[in-house]
Amino acid sequence: MMSRLLSLRDSREATARTARRSAWWQRALPRGQSLVTAIPYGWLLLFFLVPFLFVLQISFSDVEIASPPYRALLSRAEDVVSLVLNFGNYRYIFGDPLYFDAYLSSLYMAGVTTLICLVVGYPIAYTIARAPEAKRNTLLMLVMLPFWTSFLVRVYAWMGILDNEGLLNQALLSLGLIGEPLQLMHTQLSVQIVMVYAYLPFMILPLFSNLVKLDGRLLEASADLGCRPWQTFLRVTLPLSKNGVIAGSMLVFIPAVGEFVIPELVGTPESLMIGKVLWMEFFDNNNWPMAASVTIVMVALLIAPIVYLHKREEKALARAAQR
Amino acid sequence: MQNKDISGFGKLTLGAGLAFLYVPILILIVYSFNASKLVTVWASFSTHWYGVLFNDDAVVSAFGLSLKIAFLSSAMSVVLGTIAGLVLARFGPFRGKSLFAGMLTAPMVMPEVITGLSMLLLFVELQQWFGFPAERGMLTIWVGHVTLCMAYVTVVIRSRLVEMDRSVEEAAMDLGARPFKIFFQITLPIIAPAIASSFLLAFTLSIDDLVITAFLSGPGSTTLPQLIFSRVRLGLNPEINALATMTVLVVTLLVVGANRMMVKAERRRARLAAA
Repeated sequence: MMSRLLSLRDSREATARTARRSAWWQRALPRGQSLVTAIPYGWLLLFFLVPFLFVLQISFSDVEIASPPYRALLSRAEDVVSLVLNFGNYRYIFGDPLYFDAYLSSLYMAGVTTLICLVVGYPIAYTIARAPEAKRNTLLMLVMLPFWTSFLVRVYAWMGILDNEGLLNQALLSLGLIGEPLQLMHTQLSVQIVMVYAYLPFMILPLFSNLVKLDGRLLEASADLGCRPWQTFLRVTLPLSKNGVIAGSMLVFIPAVGEFVIPELVGTPESLMIGKVLWMEFFDNNNWPMAASVTIVMVALLIAPIVYLHKREEKALARAAQR
Repeated sequence: MQNKDISGFGKLTLGAGLAFLYVPILILIVYSFNASKLVTVWASFSTHWYGVLFNDDAVVSAFGLSLKIAFLSSAMSVVLGTIAGLVLARFGPFRGKSLFAGMLTAPMVMPEVITGLSMLLLFVELQQWFGFPAERGMLTIWVGHVTLCMAYVTVVIRSRLVEMDRSVEEAAMDLGARPFKIFFQITLPIIAPAIASSFLLAFTLSIDDLVITAFLSGPGSTTLPQLIFSRVRLGLNPEINALATMTVLVVTLLVVGANRMMVKAERRRARLAAA
């Protein structure tokens, strides 16, 4: 089955063409290729795709005090196999404002994060892309270095700044700008700041690799033809960097929707993000079927942007390969 | 596209951007040398919390486990990711190729709570059917990390293979070398720097992962991020400042070192090409 699935279409045609004069190893080549392909393919099927079938299955189950804590969908009593599906979890998600609001606020937070990252990241990426080649590498490394540093450490760093007795409040107090400490920690604002901070590198990198390929002569031509710098930017640079903008936005938006660590550590207890809801259903309430349903709805929301991003990236790679 | 030098506006943007990125980390480092137990109130310079850190058995053993898992999962993900990169860059179109490529993109952007939960449910079902894996722990964490990291490795290796000059491979093929020989004697040495940097990337991803690990770990397998998370949840903690500082230091040395090596290799290649 596997080898049929992976049988290489064009190599098969090639095999047919050379069948008459083929040496044994020429025929073995496509088989060798499918064997090689089967290793990572099989791994991903088993550990990435198949698990979603189980999530889907368990999302139609309900909680049971057992190990594992959910009811099997198929049960057998007196030679009758019965399938009991529970749609209650989904009814809850669409009916209960807790879940619905959590989805909405996650989409909203992710959207705002994406927008701010774009506005902050674009000038940085642009500047690095236009810097002299000798400096470019160092600058890019400086911007990407925090990305290599631990995610948790970066979130933790902000906890000391945003705390009620934290450094930002201390600074504002000593400058006399405020009379008493502001409530910065555990607000929407703190979540927003830390999300932008954590996701910014994901925006800058694709923007940079797009902008660095931009032909400087186009900008000169635009200037020669009388465009002011901002006109050149709006009419030439921005449209040409569309691919980078889309890739960067997707790379920020998609994972940000399901963010858990940041709302957990610096967020408010009242306004929940869906990643945190999933976590709580699973770890605190031990309600695996509900957690599975929340996951399925989240996948349904995110699958379109993921496929869109994937298709675009594949097209870009195909163009690069042709060149 | 390049200018002679960075414009005034550019300098301002870069300065502000880098300040935004680095000031929080610098503050964290400075306050790790604070004698006070209160993280945000400066008392005096002290390395007290580093002493506490190095004598903290929980931290030491969690770090050991994290290192072990990171090493094993980056090794495996480099093998799988290199094969996957080769398949996508060199093998012709085949049935199921777009699904394959899709399954390699998705883990990179998919929120980790999704990946973590779904893998956990797989392992639970597997245990129901086959009794294996008997319990969650290092093995299940390893599988999760490999799946996440191999996607990143594939991207790095694939783009290197796509931009690589294929004439040497073709010459070897014309001279009758077998595919396996071509791969191990020609392709692999050429893409070796990309393999090294993807190993480093996989290693940092694995050693840093919290969410997938939380779903896949069992009793007795606490990794360093899990330990940090459980303590940070309770509030600011000067020992964590010291630990975070050590992390930043190690990562910086590694990345700057790797970057210098790669720049050197690039220059050598350019010189050889010019000669």
